[in-house]
Amino acid sequence: MRILEGQSVTKYFGGLAAVSKVDFHVDQGEIVGLIGPNGAGKTTLFNLISGALPLSSGEIRFKGQKLHGLKPHQICKMGLSRTFQETKVFSNMPVLQNVLVGAFFGSPNRVSGADAAGEVTQALEFVGLSAMSATPVIDLTLVDQKRVEVARALATKPELLLLDELMAGLNLTEISEAMELVTKIRDTGITIFMVEHVMKAIMGICGRIMVLHHGEQIAEGTCQEIACNKTVIDVYLGEEAHAGS
Amino acid sequence: MDITRFISTHRKLLLVGFPLLIILVFLATLPLYGGVYYTRLLTTILMYVVLSVSWAMFSGSTGYMSLAPAAFFGVGIYTTGFLQNTLPFPVIIPIGGLLSFMLALLVGMVTLRLRGIYFTIFTFGLVVFMSEVVAALESELFGRVGQHINQLPGETIFYAMLVTAVATLLAIYFIRRSRLGLAMLSIGGNEEAAAHMGVNTTRMKVLTFAISAFFMGLAGVIMAPVKVYIDPRIAFSLSYSFMPILMSIFGGMGQFYGPVVGAAVFGYLEKTLRGQFSTYFMLGFGIILVVVILFLPNGIAGLVPMLQGKLSGVIAKLRKGGKAEQHANT
Amino acid sequence: MSGLPTLIVSGILTGGIYGLLAMGLSLQYGVARVLNIAHGELVMVGALLTYTLYTGFGINPLVAAAIIGPLLFGIGFLLQITLFRGLKAWAPSQAAFEGNALLASFGLLYIINYIGLIRWGGVARAAYYLNYVVPLAGMSFRFNRVVAFAVAVVIGVAVYLFLTRSRMGRAIRATAEDPATAGLMGVNVNMVLALCFGLGALLAGVAGSLISTMSSVSSGIGFRNTVIALIVVVLGGLGSVPGSFIAGIIIGIVTSLVSGFWQPVLVVPVYYGILMVLLVVRPAGILGKK
Repeated sequence: MRILEGQSVTKYFGGLAAVSKVDFHVDQGEIVGLIGPNGAGKTTLFNLISGALPLSSGEIRFKGQKLHGLKPHQICKMGLSRTFQETKVFSNMPVLQNVLVGAFFGSPNRVSGADAAGEVTQALEFVGLSAMSATPVIDLTLVDQKRVEVARALATKPELLLLDELMAGLNLTEISEAMELVTKIRDTGITIFMVEHVMKAIMGICGRIMVLHHGEQIAEGTCQEIACNKTVIDVYLGEEAHAGS
Repeated sequence: MDITRFISTHRKLLLVGFPLLIILVFLATLPLYGGVYYTRLLTTILMYVVLSVSWAMFSGSTGYMSLAPAAFFGVGIYTTGFLQNTLPFPVIIPIGGLLSFMLALLVGMVTLRLRGIYFTIFTFGLVVFMSEVVAALESELFGRVGQHINQLPGETIFYAMLVTAVATLLAIYFIRRSRLGLAMLSIGGNEEAAAHMGVNTTRMKVLTFAISAFFMGLAGVIMAPVKVYIDPRIAFSLSYSFMPILMSIFGGMGQFYGPVVGAAVFGYLEKTLRGQFSTYFMLGFGIILVVVILFLPNGIAGLVPMLQGKLSGVIAKLRKGGKAEQHANT
Repeated sequence: MSGLPTLIVSGILTGGIYGLLAMGLSLQYGVARVLNIAHGELVMVGALLTYTLYTGFGINPLVAAAIIGPLLFGIGFLLQITLFRGLKAWAPSQAAFEGNALLASFGLLYIINYIGLIRWGGVARAAYYLNYVVPLAGMSFRFNRVVAFAVAVVIGVAVYLFLTRSRMGRAIRATAEDPATAGLMGVNVNMVLALCFGLGALLAGVAGSLISTMSSVSSGIGFRNTVIALIVVVLGGLGSVPGSFIAGIIIGIVTSLVSGFWQPVLVVPVYYGILMVLLVVRPAGILGKK
């Protein structure tokens, strides 16, 4: 089943098209990767899906329902959750409360205190942060803050999880752990759509990959297909050539 | 039930609750031995407690800076002004609160969907706006601006304010621990993330803002008889926005009791010294606000964990020093 | 009751001052990111100093403005490099800084207001300058209002040219856009912030000088001027200097029409109504960017 699909999704900022006529779909149970050079429009696309930004034109459907005009909190309650590129933890609370927010408010129905607490314990255990539940989140390392974001998103009981550059700033060990975590999440039945720059992670866990460049989709397919795709290689090699000069 | 078991399970509650109860009894019986002066003083301090705690509940947790307390307080004052000859005082009190609540709902719905800075600008202008609207209303209805307020016994006003203050503190205490309180905190922590985790940020902000305005309105109704004569300039004086903010910042907004401490300190200072050095005093308060924001952004309450930290550091050093001496001696 | 054309031109003349008021605030928020609600108090200081210089020392208000402007510039500059830079250094986030800066300016409001009250008392004083009536396109206006408008326009144009044509102006706009990048490109960001804050204070002081030539002034006029400045700034777009000027003219005309056809006492409620509608429809203002 197509849990998420977009048709001709477009977003203009002034005269500039950050995202231009992008078609995409994510099937239930997949882990789909979204890659592209910086400024390609990946986070903008995520923002359009999660409701943070309004569409200029086109349509996005989640579980068959149009997301047009819905606010982020409504979309969250439908079962779509996300993490953020610049880690957006609640800096004024300890870890436990951060996740508690997701547990209480992420569900469309009223959640009892006991149920919410249970969700939190489960989520913290899942990401491996049970020992740190009372620590103020600002005292944590970047890796752990990202874990908090994931636990918090999981506590909203999503069917689809958007991960925005989860691996950014992590070292090799941490990347492997993160890859395991993502796979573990998928194994619980949650579909994953992830933006990433770390190729190892993308190639390692994604079933399908989408490539954006200058707001347009330039390729889409399996890891093999993308790795051999001439346009994609040109775009990335072109990036490297510029970086070198 | 075993007494010792009871005491140990509810230790925290008793440790805090018992002294509070004593303070409450002390306050409740104040008019009997305190005399007019202290009764008036405590009434003013309790008023500031209500204003400060209400202000901190919204602005402290969400980070949306409201300069509107004077507007809601003034609404309360004028509710008494307009209704004092038609309704009994106890009925006017909730009406004043309700009117402030509704005004805050309106203002909130219009401005809380936007960036914080527009909200702040709006609240600042709201005070002037209310002042002018009421002045225009009085001119139209009565042909003059300003009115005389019927006098009430000092004890009545004091008890009304005491009950209101206790109710406000209880309400805010429970709100802080509720879902609404958590939502507020998440908005202050990172509003965008909160929205993405299912928090209906606009609704929560507007609701909390309106609730805080309700209590400010109550305080206004009760304080009106103290003033004898009111006019828009007196009722909607910006000082009723400035003082609660100063008190909350000074006392510290992280802890529940912070604004209370600030209200007690500055309420006392303002009342006792206002007569003699009024102008210099407000100048001094302005300087204190700036200094506190600059050097003590977490207020006095923020000093407590800081001092605790320093103290344990000192103790640890002493212990180490002791051990080193032991080693040196052996 | 004056006819419509008179009211409109009168509004335009007033609008010049409003634009000047707003430009200062716009610069302070747009660049230094300080919503200075003590702005009106600086206007008050400018007005009362001009009054004192005029009545006490016989110094012509326009000359006084030329003294007071730089004086207030200095004060604003110093305030920024001490108070607001200190706040910026200690603040955990941009939002926290803006909140604290606003509260600090609230403290300043009280400090400056009460200094004014101590020095000049609460009594309203008037020392009109060039108060005679002159004909203008068939209508008649007081000369001081025409002069004030002319001065406001000249200053407005000067500021606009400065911001758009000069190197420092480019640096200022870059800093307003993105301070971090501007710093990396060699802009002395701290200097720019202090400069803009100082400039904003200068504009406030000059506006005050002009106001003192036309109306009675007292230590209490600050608050009202801050509210006007805020409304004009929101209408014109926070951070847009030309927007402030145009919005000032519009508000000036509205004021004039409401006073003329309705009642003066309704002016503030009308401003507020405009503000409310604006915030719902287009909070970025006429020329503002989000």
